Amino acid sequence: MNSSTPGESATREAAAALTGVETTARSLAAAAAEPATGITGAQSLVRALEAVGVEVVFGIPGGAILPAYDPLFDSTVRHVLVRHEQGAGHAATGYAQATGRVGVCMATSGPGATNLVTPLADAHMDSVPVVAITGQVPSASIGTDAFQEADIRGITMPITKHNFLVTSADEIPQRIAEAFHLAATGRPGPVLVDISKDALQATTDFSWPPRMDLPGYRPTTRPHGKQVREAAALIAAARRPVLYVGGGVLKASATEELAELARLTGAPVVTTLMARGAFPDSDPQHLGMPGMHGTVAAVTALQKADVLVALGARFDDRVTGRLSSFAPEAQVIHADIDPAEIGKNRKADVPIVGDARETIAELVVALRAEHEAGRTPDLAAWWTQLDSWRERYPLGYDWPEDGTLSPQYVIERLGAIAGPDAIYTAGVGQHQMWAAQFISYEKPGTWLNSGGLGTMGYAVPAAMGAKYGCPDTTVWAIDGDGCFQMTNQELATCAIEGIPVKVAVINNGNLGMVRQWQTLFYEGRYSNTKLHPVGEDGKPKPVRIPDFVALAEALGCVGLRCESKDDVDAVIEKAMAIDDAPVVVDFVVGHDAQVWPMVAAGASNDDILAARGIRPVFGEGQV
Amino acid sequence: MTRHTLSVLVENKSGVLARVSALFSRRGFNIESLAVGPTENPDLSRMTIVADAESAPLEQITKQLNKLVEVIKIVELESPAAVERELLLVKVRAPMADRTQVLQTAELFRARVVDVNTDTVTLEATGTPDKLQALLAILAPLGIKEMAQSGTVALGRGPRSMSGSTAGAGTLRPVDRTA
Repeated sequence: MNSSTPGESATREAAAALTGVETTARSLAAAAAEPATGITGAQSLVRALEAVGVEVVFGIPGGAILPAYDPLFDSTVRHVLVRHEQGAGHAATGYAQATGRVGVCMATSGPGATNLVTPLADAHMDSVPVVAITGQVPSASIGTDAFQEADIRGITMPITKHNFLVTSADEIPQRIAEAFHLAATGRPGPVLVDISKDALQATTDFSWPPRMDLPGYRPTTRPHGKQVREAAALIAAARRPVLYVGGGVLKASATEELAELARLTGAPVVTTLMARGAFPDSDPQHLGMPGMHGTVAAVTALQKADVLVALGARFDDRVTGRLSSFAPEAQVIHADIDPAEIGKNRKADVPIVGDARETIAELVVALRAEHEAGRTPDLAAWWTQLDSWRERYPLGYDWPEDGTLSPQYVIERLGAIAGPDAIYTAGVGQHQMWAAQFISYEKPGTWLNSGGLGTMGYAVPAAMGAKYGCPDTTVWAIDGDGCFQMTNQELATCAIEGIPVKVAVINNGNLGMVRQWQTLFYEGRYSNTKLHPVGEDGKPKPVRIPDFVALAEALGCVGLRCESKDDVDAVIEKAMAIDDAPVVVDFVVGHDAQVWPMVAAGASNDDILAARGIRPVFGEGQV
Repeated sequence: MTRHTLSVLVENKSGVLARVSALFSRRGFNIESLAVGPTENPDLSRMTIVADAESAPLEQITKQLNKLVEVIKIVELESPAAVERELLLVKVRAPMADRTQVLQTAELFRARVVDVNTDTVTLEATGTPDKLQALLAILAPLGIKEMAQSGTVALGRGPRSMSGSTAGAGTLRPVDRTA
């Protein structure tokens, strides 16, 4: 029984919720597995959630879902009352990405459900296991434009892995079991279960486990042996191999296997935006992140490779640049659990469908056999080349000439002080790229961001979900001032529910990434990118709208501000020392800092610029 | 562009047609015709989809279709190895002066007269898309008042079946899910 009420010693509550989570889930599952007769559909729903081991639901009640909230009141499943359904969805995503478990969010019909659309699309693009439960108007009213009716199943068809409309109470346990199974297995993704109000109110019987009926769902997890051997032979013969690591490696918990493969091949590793943390940044074999804002070494290694080993990656346009000129000399080994990703953007010479962990493990075995047969490649010349790129074009930044605080410095110091054990979430834009570049990720599950959809506003609610799932870990949301103004209302949730996240607002008063593009591609015409008030002279007015420190305090958080380099470490340390309330630090930074390196949208990766106007020289014919 | 006929076994549940057709439109593939109907198994429906696509996009669309949870199996039916039929109902202007010509044409194409009145004759014809096109070309000068044509339905030739319910006869090879 959850007797705690919102506001009642948030910290204690959070601590209680987090100790012995596994035991709780197990005992819950055992208790909930008890059959019951003559209960409501809503009770059946809550029992089913208990039975699948749900620890927490992020949501907001409303008319159609109201019946479910009554039994939820007595359940061991904890509910976090968010301030906007988008926050519930991203919190479920952050929870799932940090813990590896399925994240759960709940909303009522109509606007409650449509507010989940963005986080569901986000989770779909980034393959995050999330289950959304929505109330629907009574089945007799469906299709009549009833109050708060929206066809959320129709709306979310293209942005969920699967979805259900349930109009019978008897179906509820089966659909919940199927939803969790679909969300968590194969290529993970969001699943929505829309339940009509009459189904929640009807009388039904509950038994567990229900029979799942998914005849068309058979994900391939075991890789084909012949394909694996072919891949191993190709790797063993490669002179310029690159391990191109995507988010699938994290989803499959395959980082140990990846480390072994990297050691065995001696090949360079690049980790995509979704895979930061899958391979330690401190490892000398790691070249960093590829793509539009990747390191020169990582981008160029892909371009010059003769064999690309793509593991759980999907050749996204942000990685490949202009596809026709991407890695022109490379033979491609493409391993992914989703067959539709293979050959979608780039032809695969050796396609392997399977779970990344199983695939990499088998690849290691096959590669050992190649080595034992004397086929060990000499990568010395390749590494000479890679090291020269790395040394000549390291990541870096210039201090703003106007004496303002450098955002990159702030993020770099944050990473250094909070360290590799902390979890970092980010919004979308310049701060996200700097956070991907200037923080050293050493462990899986420590970097959460919105990669595919590019959802501004992701950071704060995702940090809330991550902190709920990992209460003993420091969680920093690195957010832009534009992003922060989209979802900061969840800080009230964090303050009341005892979820002490930390937020670094990288406040440059602008939609920074858009401004950067306007600087580079629109002759500096800054159309609608200034967020701070500007006077007639075009200069920022000496007033803060909003004042993020005052806003933080209004939301029940500690508000801090930092405007100079000398204060950065002290303010971060002060924020680190606060563990009984959420903290927001307003880092006031210059607005002219830019993200480099950069491959312009639609350009070839060969045309990467290390910094503005600086085109790397790659010494033709050296490799 | 090449014409491809996909036979898709799906779960007989509401919303499946919406999922399939939405998938085609969102991924930028054109459906030339689509026919949905029951199968020998009441839990399954068969969709016969004729799409115009180059082979690479076709592979992508079959893979995306296979990802739909309610899609059980997809087979590409290719012309010599499959029987393809469409149904045509066509209302032709047939005043007494032209009526013989209409009826003779119907006979040539083994079309049946299903409705008749003083001004028009309605014919029912089945056949390959080519045959029905030929019939329409001959009827057109007489004056087609209205027509309704089904999408293609198709079955593979030989003893094998897609669902494998015919014991011992084997099943048709599905479109490769893994490569």
